[in-house]
Amino acid sequence: MKRIRIFVVLLAVLALALPANAGTLDEVKARGYLIAGVNGSVFGFSMPDEKGVWKGLDVDTARAIAAAVFGDANKIKFVPLTAVQRLPALQSKEIDVLCRNTTQTLTRETTNGLNFVHVNFYDGQGFMVPKKLGVKSAKELDGATVCVLPGTTTELNAADFFRKNNMQWKPVVIEQAAELNKAFFAGRCDVLTSDVSQLAGHRAVAPDPNEYVILPEVISKEPLAPVVRHGDDQWYDIVNWTVMALIQAEEFGITSQNVDEMLKSNDPEIQRFLGVTPGMGAALGLDEKWAYNIIKQVGNYGEIFERNVGPNTPLAMERGLNALWTQGGLMYAAPFR
Amino acid sequence: MALNTSRTDAAALHEKPEPFWLDPKKRAVLFQILVLGVVGLIAWYLISNTVANLQRQKIATGFDFLGKEAAFEIGESLIAYDASNTYARALVVGALNTVKVSFIGIVITVILGTFIGIARLSSNWLISRLAAAYIEFMQDIPVLIQLFFWYAIFYETLPSPRQALNPMHGVFLCNRGLIMPVPEFHPAYRYVFLAFVAACFLVWGLRRWARKRQDETGKTFPVFRVSLGLLVGLPLAVWMALGSPFSLNVPELRGFNFRGGTTLSPEFMALLLGLILYTAAFVAEVVRAGIQSVSKGQREAAMSLGLRPAQVLRLVILPQALRVIIPPLTSQMLNLTKNSSLAVAIGYPDFVSVANTTINQTGQSIEGVALIMVVYLFFSLSTSAFMNWYNKKVKLVER
Repeated sequence: MKRIRIFVVLLAVLALALPANAGTLDEVKARGYLIAGVNGSVFGFSMPDEKGVWKGLDVDTARAIAAAVFGDANKIKFVPLTAVQRLPALQSKEIDVLCRNTTQTLTRETTNGLNFVHVNFYDGQGFMVPKKLGVKSAKELDGATVCVLPGTTTELNAADFFRKNNMQWKPVVIEQAAELNKAFFAGRCDVLTSDVSQLAGHRAVAPDPNEYVILPEVISKEPLAPVVRHGDDQWYDIVNWTVMALIQAEEFGITSQNVDEMLKSNDPEIQRFLGVTPGMGAALGLDEKWAYNIIKQVGNYGEIFERNVGPNTPLAMERGLNALWTQGGLMYAAPFR
Repeated sequence: MALNTSRTDAAALHEKPEPFWLDPKKRAVLFQILVLGVVGLIAWYLISNTVANLQRQKIATGFDFLGKEAAFEIGESLIAYDASNTYARALVVGALNTVKVSFIGIVITVILGTFIGIARLSSNWLISRLAAAYIEFMQDIPVLIQLFFWYAIFYETLPSPRQALNPMHGVFLCNRGLIMPVPEFHPAYRYVFLAFVAACFLVWGLRRWARKRQDETGKTFPVFRVSLGLLVGLPLAVWMALGSPFSLNVPELRGFNFRGGTTLSPEFMALLLGLILYTAAFVAEVVRAGIQSVSKGQREAAMSLGLRPAQVLRLVILPQALRVIIPPLTSQMLNLTKNSSLAVAIGYPDFVSVANTTINQTGQSIEGVALIMVVYLFFSLSTSAFMNWYNKKVKLVER
């Protein structure tokens, strides 16, 4: 594990030492498949199922990009990355895009040389504790031992939260999420802190999910979005508008089931969106059918949400902030014209 | 001589200066310049590309980040640290944690390894086979796996703080670690410490005097017993003279965790245990090889001179064995220090762990990796320097 990490960082250093070349879209097309960095151990967001098929909201977002570029959502390779590895892996071109519940922040967009596209999940940081501790609020956590992933905004938010509330705490910091969760569920820490969505995901695969409770406080804003490198505007546009297309399709009411009928729609907006009226695809440097392929093969944002984290899954999450703007949420796509 | 003359003659005959590529000395210089030039070019190529790429991606460079607020917390620290301190201080905390685990690890490993190495040579069948089994077993399991194993043992088998094991008053063992009472600081301890330092000087002087007297008169002096008396007695006398102040900071369970006392975390203990048990197996082999390198005749000769077994070991065997032992022992010490960076896997905040977080929070991997390399180079070079000095000191003086 240490080797892999140092290897990634070394590769990052080496790759930075190589001259720049063609745009990401050309590279991806020449390679024949997309390389997406994912988490790999958060149920509902990115995790292989028992048959080894990658599942999750982040995974489906990445598949949508492959569908837009190749017209085939399966022309993709997933690379699981730890929180510490993820940004160097993207900077050094190990991956084309990072879909790994990564929070958009000012320093990541500036000093780290990265760009975040439209948010694909609005999250916030919370705390999970064993029920038997009898804790009702995060304000009662004075003196607690807290399991936290290194190199995350979570780590910084937790430090801020305890400092602000004048409480003592002790972090236990382990890089591999799987190892960290094992330590928490074995009782090494009183508290596991992370984005609420991830806490729900970890709880869903806990030895005894009913023994744990997520505290009501949400202590931060965590807009999670796919990330690309600085300096390739075309690639940024493609990834950004792929996420927008997922949201817009839901707003239009286009699903993977009815997308073929929708091709016959006489709504000019839908005609432009699905490429019946050409122009949008060419503007992005993609096939005119790009949005059609995304929806046909992956589904719209609502479908992706329901399939991976919605009420009928073990995570049982409500749409909340992630509902469309028309339904009181924050999901809002810019116009396709 | 004859050859040289003939060459000069031959040169004189031709009366033409040798072309420089036929002169091996000049040729060597030329090749060195060429190689240096190529290495320089490659370095320039890599560096200029790196700088250009960093600028193109607008990634920050330089070490300015060291002065910024770290904003992350560190689990255990030898110096005062909190999230409002700078990255530089966070990195110092990490480096001290590495020094702590490496130093304690090296000391215990050398002692344990020496015992196992000697046990391996024991004439007792059971002891020697047990030592051999230990060595084979520990050497063959990767140290990372051993760390995971010990860490899992600590958090899986030990109870939670509220059901902590309490083997004696004030000592608790639970999945938060080993929590022990520590003496409260008192100003008198400063004088006790000074007394100890003074005792060290006295012992040093005593040894010189005793050796000189033995050289001149042949009379021996019980240096060991008197030294021990000095080292313990003098600080003790000072402590009692100052009214023997003593109070314990006893840990107690408050809320979730223990407050007060001192805590050895499961991460620290698992790392220390894993490193010690793994490296001791290698040290044992080094010690065995060293002792076996001294020929049997040396021991027999020493015994026939009437030396006691302890004296045989101390005066005859060890001085000769040490020059074989020390160089590979040094490399085992360096291995232990470097392996301590596996701490990240089990959450001990060593230098690599803190540097990794810093790299991730600042995004400056090149500077971070450079710092890691410099710090480990410094640790390794200082260990080597000390061991080389020691090696020179114990090396046989040949007359």
